[in-house]
Amino acid sequence: MKMLRFLLEKEFKQFFRNSFLPRMVIMFPLTALLIYPLVANFEVKNINLSVVDHDKSTFSRELLQKVQSSGYFRVTDVSPDYASALKSVELDESDVILEIPSHFEKNLVREMKADLMISANAVNGNKGGLGTAYLVAIVNEYNSAITTKLLGDPGRFRAPAAEILPLFRYNPGLLYSVFMVPAIMVMVLAMISGFLPALNIVGEKEKGTIEQMNVTPVRKRTFIISKLIPYWLAGYVVLTIGILVALLVWRLFPVGFVGTIYLFATIFLLGFSGFGLVVSNYAVTVQQAMFMMFFFVLTFIFMSGLYTPVENMPGWAQMISNFSPMKYIIEVLRRVYLKGSGFNDLLPQFWALCGFALFFNGWAVLSYRKNS
Amino acid sequence: MRQFLIFTQKEFYHILRDRWTTVLLLILPIAMILLFGFGITTEIKNTRFAVYDMSHDMATRGIVNKLETSEYFTLEGYLDHPGQIEGIFKRKKIGMLVVFGERFYENQLHSGDAQVQLITDGTDPNTASTLTNYATNLIREYQQESGTLSPLPIQILPQVKLLYNPTMKSAYNIVPGVIGMVLMLVCAMMTSVSLAREKEMGTMEVILVSPMPPLLIVLSKVVPYFTISMINLFNVLLLAVFVLEVPIVGNLFLLIFVSLLFIFVALALGILISTLVQTQLVALLASVMGLLLPVVMLSGLMFPIENMPVVLQYVAQIIPAKWYIEAMRNVMIKGLGISAIIKEVLVLALMAVVLITISLKKFKIRLE
Amino acid sequence: MKAIAAHNLTKRFGSFTAVDSISFEVDKGEIFGFLGANGAGKTTAMRMLCGLLIPTSGAGQVAGHDIYKNPEQVKANIGYMSQKFALYEDLKVWENLRLYGGIYGVPAEEIDGKIDILLKRLGFEEEKNTMVRSLPLGWKQKLAFSAAIFHEPQIVFLDEPTGGVDPVARRQFWELIYDASDRGITVFVTTHYMDEAEYCDRVSIMVDGRIEVLDSPAQMKKTFQADTMDEVFQQLARKAERT
Repeated sequence: MKMLRFLLEKEFKQFFRNSFLPRMVIMFPLTALLIYPLVANFEVKNINLSVVDHDKSTFSRELLQKVQSSGYFRVTDVSPDYASALKSVELDESDVILEIPSHFEKNLVREMKADLMISANAVNGNKGGLGTAYLVAIVNEYNSAITTKLLGDPGRFRAPAAEILPLFRYNPGLLYSVFMVPAIMVMVLAMISGFLPALNIVGEKEKGTIEQMNVTPVRKRTFIISKLIPYWLAGYVVLTIGILVALLVWRLFPVGFVGTIYLFATIFLLGFSGFGLVVSNYAVTVQQAMFMMFFFVLTFIFMSGLYTPVENMPGWAQMISNFSPMKYIIEVLRRVYLKGSGFNDLLPQFWALCGFALFFNGWAVLSYRKNS
Repeated sequence: MRQFLIFTQKEFYHILRDRWTTVLLLILPIAMILLFGFGITTEIKNTRFAVYDMSHDMATRGIVNKLETSEYFTLEGYLDHPGQIEGIFKRKKIGMLVVFGERFYENQLHSGDAQVQLITDGTDPNTASTLTNYATNLIREYQQESGTLSPLPIQILPQVKLLYNPTMKSAYNIVPGVIGMVLMLVCAMMTSVSLAREKEMGTMEVILVSPMPPLLIVLSKVVPYFTISMINLFNVLLLAVFVLEVPIVGNLFLLIFVSLLFIFVALALGILISTLVQTQLVALLASVMGLLLPVVMLSGLMFPIENMPVVLQYVAQIIPAKWYIEAMRNVMIKGLGISAIIKEVLVLALMAVVLITISLKKFKIRLE
Repeated sequence: MKAIAAHNLTKRFGSFTAVDSISFEVDKGEIFGFLGANGAGKTTAMRMLCGLLIPTSGAGQVAGHDIYKNPEQVKANIGYMSQKFALYEDLKVWENLRLYGGIYGVPAEEIDGKIDILLKRLGFEEEKNTMVRSLPLGWKQKLAFSAAIFHEPQIVFLDEPTGGVDPVARRQFWELIYDASDRGITVFVTTHYMDEAEYCDRVSIMVDGRIEVLDSPAQMKKTFQADTMDEVFQQLARKAERT
């Protein structure tokens, strides 16, 4: 429509005249994608170990040597007793305490049995659990070695067991960037396409220019579309930046077809900016709009499986996640990137995202009142 | 003094009359702590797994049974032929696929080259390695029980103790972080937007013309958000303890003291941001993208700082939330006393002083 | 056909009656002043006529279209200038004019020419490329008015257009209004400046949501035995409960 052209002219002019916005649309995705993938991982490595060796025997030293050379642990503290070791854990200088009791070597040789104490800081449950598991595995290995040393080939004592082969599909190196980069892309996309149009409209409400527009013959949908188009385009820019950075910096190459990503991103952008509009229709002040948007965006981000898998959440949380458009787009991104999923594999996501787009945009148009 | 009280009252009215926002300010932190506390977990349970079994013998069935009956795995089904493998992963129906080679049991007994493959979706490395660990342990347990793996004659028995969080609940790690985030949200973000708004609307002039010193003007704006933050802190702690079952092991007063300190820092940050921006919009975007997001990503709330590249670890040190979260974890979860958090307290106090000084300097008492 | 016709127009907000059954008519080309104290209901009444508010009861036609059934038609045929003279501060003078021209259907080829003519008439040519936010208040006001009538509507609604501007600027503004009226545009203006009432063809004064008097300024002064409209208003205001 003719009117749309004039409105778009205005919107684009205003957007580029604003010194902050265009720069942000470029810089924010760029910095986020360059920095956050370095940060976002749950790896457990460089575990700080506090050693309490009451035995100080050949065996205990051998064990400690083995632990150190495993590469998982760094000895950051050597204490004379458990209490001192605990202090180092309290001060976060150590994560795990390995306490070898006195008579360790003697007990192994004479009674063929000895124990030792592993205490781990489990505030970070993941770290505590894995750290303990690694240490136990090393102890078990040492156990086999000692048995061989003292009694000869352990093969005499055990039937051959099955070999367990772990295989990690799609990401054999278990790189975290593979998991996190798409998540960060979605997060940035959502923030920009959600926040900006909403804040724009509420800003006009506060200044009074919206009233002026309401008096004109401009139709609701024309006005709304004129507000959204610039931000859809911004969304594409952000997405493209994301894909480029993923490719050039993180060496993430989509196994599937890039076009699929753009297709789904389009629907996502439609839906999410529609959501931003709904918020802006109900908010009177910029503060309100912003607070509501922020809450929803943050909730969506963390409940949609971006950083922690949805499958791990309690049932009701998983239910909630089904209402988040982000859940579906992140699935699309990850699967296209890593598994080469095609459009047909992603039909459920397609329908879900379409549903959101229709729902939010419909609601936005209906709830926008030119008169009251 | 009287003027100060009057202005403060005005600020309270602003906020209370905006009913929506007030409700949001009080309800949202509650919602956040519940969502994050329950939602963000690294614990894994009831993962669906499938089996492609070329042997179908006693051993394979035994292993499958062992996995199924554990709390970690649920059997989704059996595959009939290898062509289905690709599809089942592509559609994300399962987290793990167990593949048994032919004549598994026989090979195990005689030739020793029986193989079981544990194929996981490596997209999420954390889940993949955890699942593999769990499954490996379960299979080894089964082998010991069924006699195919006899225990070594010489036994080193590790006694494992998990300190502070024996059930390894994610909430213990997350909750202190979420508290920090909530406080930062209300104090820094809302304050900065509120101050920027006055600038934008032009009502700042009225205030500046009054004979009140700038410090008091700023304080009057800050007091309501401070009050709301205290209420939020209280609510959030209540929920953490009674609903999320995260204990407060240490001294409650120490906890509150540290939180107060952090609130001051956050408020000062909000004021500083407002002095640097011209419009609400920018205040908002700056707060969200320049403040809140870094807090969430870099402060150790969710992702361990020790995993970050060294440069970013240095950056993390200047994020006030990082110190607050550490102090909170030490007091709340570990139950330590003030001597353990002296460093954090001093850093936060220093930050508060520096920020307040800069904000006051920059708070223009004349318009441009 | 009358430019504006209102019949028992009423607007209630909950238990509060902002506009209480007002009726009046405005002829084409008239300059009609809609006066009253603050809170008397002027802006509410005007909003109803513009299609911004739905009346609680009563009837109204503006530019021949029913304000209930065809508010969008009403809007297409009127111009509007709000109290805040809401122009886009971050757009230039000519850009604001272009926008409103385009929205109201002025053909694209004609817009630029019309802008130049208009700016010349206002003596604004040098400011063509100035950002609106840099303009002094008086010029913003004139610009807002010009934008409101850029598309030569049948009627233009002005809501307190001269707020906060000095008397000289106000006088200049009214020159523009005369100008528009001469071209056949009906002008419906609300104001609480009683001296401006003298400039209108006819004037209505609202008190507590009702129209107390409606007449030409000259007649009104005679009826109330007053020398100025201000005195007329003082007499009426004494009866008011709402201000």
